[in-house]
Amino acid sequence: MAPALLEVTDLHAEFRNRDGGAPLSAVDGVSFDLHQGETLGVVGESGSGKTTIAHSIIRMLPPGGRIAGGSIRFDGVELTTLPARDMRRLRGAEVAMILQDPMASLDPMFTIFDQVAEPARYHRGLRGRALVGEVADLLRQVRIPSPKQRMRDYPHQMSGGQRQRVVGAAALAGRPKLIIADEPTTSLDVTVQRQYLDLLKTLQRETGVALIFITHDLGIVAKVCDRVAVMYAGRMVEQRPVERLFHDPRHPYTQALLRAMPKLGSAEPLFAIPGQAPNLAALPRGCSFQSRCPQAGAPCLAERPPTVALGLRQEVQCHFAEGAPS
Amino acid sequence: MTTPVLEVSGLKKHFPVRARLPGGARGVVRAVDDVAFSIGPGETLGVIGESGCGKTTMSRVVLAAIPPTSGSIRCDGEEIVGAGRRTLAAYRRKVQVVFQDPFSSLSPRMRVEEIIAEPILAHRRLGKAERRRRVAELLALVGLDPAAARRYPHEFSGGQRQRIAIARALSTDARLIVLDEPVSALDASIRAHVINLLRDLQARLGVAYLFIGHDLAVVANISHEIAVMYLGKIVEIGGRDALVETPLHPYTKALFAAALPSLPGEQREEVAPDGEVPSALDPPSGCHFHPRCPFAMPRCAEIAPVLAEHVPGHRVACHLYS
Repeated sequence: MAPALLEVTDLHAEFRNRDGGAPLSAVDGVSFDLHQGETLGVVGESGSGKTTIAHSIIRMLPPGGRIAGGSIRFDGVELTTLPARDMRRLRGAEVAMILQDPMASLDPMFTIFDQVAEPARYHRGLRGRALVGEVADLLRQVRIPSPKQRMRDYPHQMSGGQRQRVVGAAALAGRPKLIIADEPTTSLDVTVQRQYLDLLKTLQRETGVALIFITHDLGIVAKVCDRVAVMYAGRMVEQRPVERLFHDPRHPYTQALLRAMPKLGSAEPLFAIPGQAPNLAALPRGCSFQSRCPQAGAPCLAERPPTVALGLRQEVQCHFAEGAPS
Repeated sequence: MTTPVLEVSGLKKHFPVRARLPGGARGVVRAVDDVAFSIGPGETLGVIGESGCGKTTMSRVVLAAIPPTSGSIRCDGEEIVGAGRRTLAAYRRKVQVVFQDPFSSLSPRMRVEEIIAEPILAHRRLGKAERRRRVAELLALVGLDPAAARRYPHEFSGGQRQRIAIARALSTDARLIVLDEPVSALDASIRAHVINLLRDLQARLGVAYLFIGHDLAVVANISHEIAVMYLGKIVEIGGRDALVETPLHPYTKALFAAALPSLPGEQREEVAPDGEVPSALDPPSGCHFHPRCPFAMPRCAEIAPVLAEHVPGHRVACHLYS
């Protein structure tokens, strides 16, 4: 097997605690890898650390946050210690990010052309007619009709779905090997969401780019991802191929999440996971899911759950998980 | 037959726009264009549709926050449109609302007890002891600790805040609660708690809901009847099971086709429509959906279809069925 494009090992990221006290551990010992052309879904609830993983990879943690340990190797380069200058070269050229709100990525004062052209100009040195042609091609690729005219428009002249596609075009403009999409369709309507997800998969087939999809929606994972990582309170509690995760979830939290998914046509009361997501400032010893887990026992209260291998690139962190027969 | 809690007919809300259309005509946005439905006691009508379909404008008209351009709204048989102050005040007591974002809908400077008691105080005086008792009762009803009364909204999670908003809506013994995307901003595990709470409260109190949402699975879970809106019009309305099992309108089918699968590989056969919802300022002629409809016929561009009963209790506005 070819070496992984992205290899994250025992990543720790923490935030300064505003109330004083020990820093909050937002990402607590996360390891995973990703190959070219692959799509990894990272699911979890607010505060589970999924976005912090993304921010760690591109080294854009918000103020107060820092990478506290571990390694992120991207295409053979260690990112955690890369000088800021080289990191700037890498962002947009090698790794691009798509955010939830397209207006947070697009500058209202610049035309669509300016924004899509920037990564191609900065990272690939394109100028003049070649640049205009490239921008038109990119807009065509993301299915913006009459791109030559539309590139003169400003973001406010486009619909929400079109703006998000423009962000997609800008993400592709630097020819990245990895795109991290953080809840990219949350602000879109259902029919537009479907079109956008189909588009991202098509672009992936055409360009071989690897994708990380950060989402709280298991439906999106079922639709577009090859592999899934489930985050809970900063830990990656389960990592599986998508089919395995849906048909044979091993972590009690994953099982609960799947049961809580509303199914179309069912009028039964929904399954609700008892209790509340834990407070990062007051995590219990042992397993963070203990207070909500139907199987919790003595070891769960005392010790951090071990990582149990379930097969190649498949693992679960639970005291009660059984490993793969080796 | 029991009198519906809410009966709406011929409801229109048009907004004039300053901009002139090509050709010089003054624009009018028909945000709600001839909508009719009724909700019985203890029942839930779910309304689904994409941005710009008019569902939020419709809810604001129903809440008597803005007057309709024309049409009728009857609550327990009494006409509200054009009614006097006293009737309106009584109506606003009976019809309450819960908004999507529990972070912006609760004042950060008010204690929970003030938030919950506010609708009561708007309508009558209430002694301190009685207020405290009523607030404790409402908090218990939505599954919160009575000690929450003295705290501020920022001390609560999104799901808990939504419970506070529900307690506020129930404070005046509302007959109908308009729920405008009440769980869209919540995490998956919290969403189920809130939906189940709403179902439980309905069973216990007999309150009716107008549930506005875009997540088909959630809307279908809680609703007895479902209305699908597109550019200001109801294009299909019917019982939950009928609508989910045999959707009739091509737009409803498109919404189902675009819904995310619950298992990998469970690809829906139908193709999702191209394009996006057109501008409400200049909607397509005839049937508003015809430019995106895979079954469009010549007359769809010319004649607007009317909502007509296809099978008893299931109405659709589409030329395919006329």
